[in-house]
Amino acid sequence: MALKVEHEIHQRRRGRNTGVGLLLLGFLVIVFGLTVVKVLQLGDARQFETYDHVARPQIIPQEDSE
Amino acid sequence: MSDLSLHETVSETPVEAQLGDYFALLKPRVMTLVVFTALVGMIVAPGSVHPFIGFVAILCIAVGGGASGALNMWWDADIDARMRRTAKRPIPGGRVEAGEALALGLALSGFSVVLLGLATNFLAAGLLAFTIFFYVVIYSIWLKRATPQNIVIGGAAGAFPPMIGWAVATGGISVESVLMFLLVFMWTPPHFWALALFVKSDYGDAGVPMLTETHGRRATRNHVLAYCLPLVVVALGLGVTPIGGWIYLATAVVMNIWFLKGCYEIWRRTEAQAEADNYKVEIRTFKISLYYLFAHFGALWIEAALRWGGL
Repeated sequence: MALKVEHEIHQRRRGRNTGVGLLLLGFLVIVFGLTVVKVLQLGDARQFETYDHVARPQIIPQEDSE
Repeated sequence: MSDLSLHETVSETPVEAQLGDYFALLKPRVMTLVVFTALVGMIVAPGSVHPFIGFVAILCIAVGGGASGALNMWWDADIDARMRRTAKRPIPGGRVEAGEALALGLALSGFSVVLLGLATNFLAAGLLAFTIFFYVVIYSIWLKRATPQNIVIGGAAGAFPPMIGWAVATGGISVESVLMFLLVFMWTPPHFWALALFVKSDYGDAGVPMLTETHGRRATRNHVLAYCLPLVVVALGLGVTPIGGWIYLATAVVMNIWFLKGCYEIWRRTEAQAEADNYKVEIRTFKISLYYLFAHFGALWIEAALRWGGL
């Protein structure tokens, strides 16, 4: 017996599921867009590097050259 | 129709809730006023907001307003079922379960407040959270069925959006944002009671005390004028703040004379006179009230655009 992949409920709820899918896509766009805008507003990206627990020589304050 | 026959009807023809039914829970028509006033509150505020952050902020305010609408429909489902105007809403119409509306309202409340806080600042998010709490708990659950002044108190919830928009842009509260709040707050009672005078509602049958029924139509007419007078002061006062200007003041003077005249005529008339001309004055004043709010916020927007253009 062949498996019936499409249940009747899939057809009945197609519009609703499509809508939920689009809403989730919209949420994704919002989070991504906010991330981009917030990062660009920081200006100096090195501010991030302080917090990633990785040694970053470029953010160590320069010592006096004597 | 008895409860039994209702259940029989539902079981024979199961209704599948569509996305539009869930959207209807968010009271989209109320949302338009929320979006418009919040947008103006944000635009007229000093300081700049990145357009995308501004868009997300307005979306959050709209969704937060919608969430409070869904929670209101969850709580008031019993009232809605008894009134003609609301009997076809998704819950009394049998298309959406009350529990679904509660879940949707709570989820969207949390989503909108948290996202607004992360996108802008925590004052704006706090104000949005308070607005939702105020509309659902203070108005819907507590006062709506307890006092005929419910519309005055409920009006406060609708008055917060311009204040939230301002907080999004400035991170604070100021005289201007408080006056914008007061403009919507003081406008709501004469707007709603003018409507209540000419629309035959069944709030009384549903157990909701409305001023027209608890204190009579004469008292309602007195209230329309009594709330219109301080409204005029607030509206003109906004014109002398930094967000006002000559265009706003000219608009405010014209609109306030027009609206005050309507409220005065409502106050002066007897019920017999109103019935004789089919509530002509009440209907006209209600229409003016719609233009009134749009004109004031529109004028504030124009003033901001002129300042932005260096004029």
